[in-house]
Amino acid sequence: MDNQTLKFVIVGHVDHGKSTLIGRLLYDTNSLPPDKMEEIRNTSKDLGRDTEFAYLLDHLEEERRQGITIDTTQVFFKTDKREYVIIDAPGHVEFVKNMITGASQAEAAILIIDAKEGIQEQTKRHATILSMLGIEQVIVLINKADLIDFSEEKYTELRTKLEKFLTTLNITPKLYIPISALKGDNIANKSTNMPWYKGPTMLESLDLLKNKVAEENQPLIFPVQDIYKVDDKRIIVGRVETGEIREGQEVKILPEGQTTKVKTIEKYLESPKRASAQESTGITTEDAVFLDRGNILCEKDKAPKVSDRFHASVFWMSKQGYSKDEKVILRCATQEVSCKIEAIHKRINSSSLELLETDAQGLENLEIGEVTIKTKKPIVIDTFKNIREIGRFVLVKNENISAGGIITNTE
Amino acid sequence: MDNLTKLENESIFIIREAYYQFKKVAMLWSIGKDSTALLWMVRKAFYGKLPFPVLHIDTGYKFKEIYQFRDEYAKKWNLNLLVHKNEEAMRHGVGPDKQKLTCCTELKTNALKDAIAKYGFKALYLGIRRDEHGIRAKERFFSPRDEDFEWNYKDQPPELWDQYKSKAKDEEHLRIHPLLSWREIDIWEYVRRENIPITSLYFAKNGKRYRSIGCETCCNPVDSDADTIDKIIEELKTSTVSERSGRAQDKESAYMMQKLRSLGYM
Repeated sequence: MDNQTLKFVIVGHVDHGKSTLIGRLLYDTNSLPPDKMEEIRNTSKDLGRDTEFAYLLDHLEEERRQGITIDTTQVFFKTDKREYVIIDAPGHVEFVKNMITGASQAEAAILIIDAKEGIQEQTKRHATILSMLGIEQVIVLINKADLIDFSEEKYTELRTKLEKFLTTLNITPKLYIPISALKGDNIANKSTNMPWYKGPTMLESLDLLKNKVAEENQPLIFPVQDIYKVDDKRIIVGRVETGEIREGQEVKILPEGQTTKVKTIEKYLESPKRASAQESTGITTEDAVFLDRGNILCEKDKAPKVSDRFHASVFWMSKQGYSKDEKVILRCATQEVSCKIEAIHKRINSSSLELLETDAQGLENLEIGEVTIKTKKPIVIDTFKNIREIGRFVLVKNENISAGGIITNTE
Repeated sequence: MDNLTKLENESIFIIREAYYQFKKVAMLWSIGKDSTALLWMVRKAFYGKLPFPVLHIDTGYKFKEIYQFRDEYAKKWNLNLLVHKNEEAMRHGVGPDKQKLTCCTELKTNALKDAIAKYGFKALYLGIRRDEHGIRAKERFFSPRDEDFEWNYKDQPPELWDQYKSKAKDEEHLRIHPLLSWREIDIWEYVRRENIPITSLYFAKNGKRYRSIGCETCCNPVDSDADTIDKIIEELKTSTVSERSGRAQDKESAYMMQKLRSLGYM
């Protein structure tokens, strides 16, 4: 078995069958403890319904009563090939920030769409968010095939429409699969109702997804998280985001640009010589350079950019909107700095992608802005395309994370 | 990087983030396998020297093995151990023989409230996991509680790209959950890999073992012959029984856990 766990998120419009799909998948693969199934049966009966697979994930009382998913949740599941974490995301417009929370942790996504209802508001918004989050592996499930009489013609018609829409977002799905989550067609078992479909089932398609590889071969990015004084040592702790850090390595400290040498790599009760991407570790330096949280250690000749102005796409996800030039906090890796959006070149509806306004004065909840951001002090950045870890940021307004953004262009 | 190493790195990152942000923090230690594994990672994160206390909420109904283990390792690991009880409720005779919701609320939740008020903690580390319970699966890594100690599960803050909630003025404290992504079997594989000492209650004696440990009065052992870690791991690979099936508070009603948690239960 491939020992890497793969995390994928299921997204789509409300009632298009996300939670039902997961319930069906777990049920058909015998992944459910009998006492859980019993609990679902009883609760469904108490609420006067047929057994609702969705209750496996929709655990909150309000979720079950109203038949909707409020918050994102994660469940574990495995095939012969590997283990999976399934992230369920709410499809209701009220809970988009919960969907973003779930999706931001995923390596792949399944976009589910109701064959009868077709492309809806959240189908489009969720696809837009996947594109912004940089989730490249997408599988599309066209659900409720029973409601279109398992018709190939109707399926193909919807698929063509979807393809056209997803292309505008630069999403190229790996697969399109016609399914019925409720009836179990093409989930774990091949559908006998759709002999015209020759591709893999949903379960088989999962094993085609690839794990995100740790970015060890890239230049070093080591954002300083904190400084600990342990005995007589000053240990600089943090997580290697990309590349690797080695004993004796010459490093540059951004944004100021001083250089020093790594004296030791510090791990409790271990003495490693190096630490690589995704490792939480610590180092000491040869020189007594001043270092603090938010500094970024990198290779001398492969340093990212330092700038106080850049272009970005931001997704505003707070009911408290933003007015141009308002001061907010920007957090990028461990960097934290006061900033303002000094220009909103385009204000866009995140579902229809309609251009609402050019040179706008503010952003409202669920709107996307193509903006220029000015930070109070220079920070270490790159484009999201080049180095994700320092190409994405959040904006904090009144102590709440209110927007996520990706850097599209550095000046 | 293997799965356990990945999980450990994520947890240590979160532990360090929370400490940087809050400083006035404590870790809740129930002496069970999860919080003991968490304590192990906290020790790793801070190079063996914990910069904050470890808090045990003592209901008075814990197993004797738990008290022994606690005292032994508090000393061995040089912990600043705080033990806190809701003495008043205990004096008034609150106990598991009466209503379970009241007992958990008084002896656990209110004892915790008390301790937070007494010491002024701004954040607490807890070893809860998503796969334990459907309600816990909805949690965030950084999860705010308001001044009434309530968890507003209908409006949780977004969390993305390892950026977490910072404390707002009207929030009482934050719960920090570094183990959310771990499964029960991951914890055991980690305990085995790292050789973490663990209370004997988890190992089978006379065909029974505890799979989840709370108060002696409200948890039942499960049938098992697993008397070593290897056997426990094997058992978990084939078991179809859920982890907390021996815990009374999960069973009272479908939403007991939700009610408890929204009131501030761990």
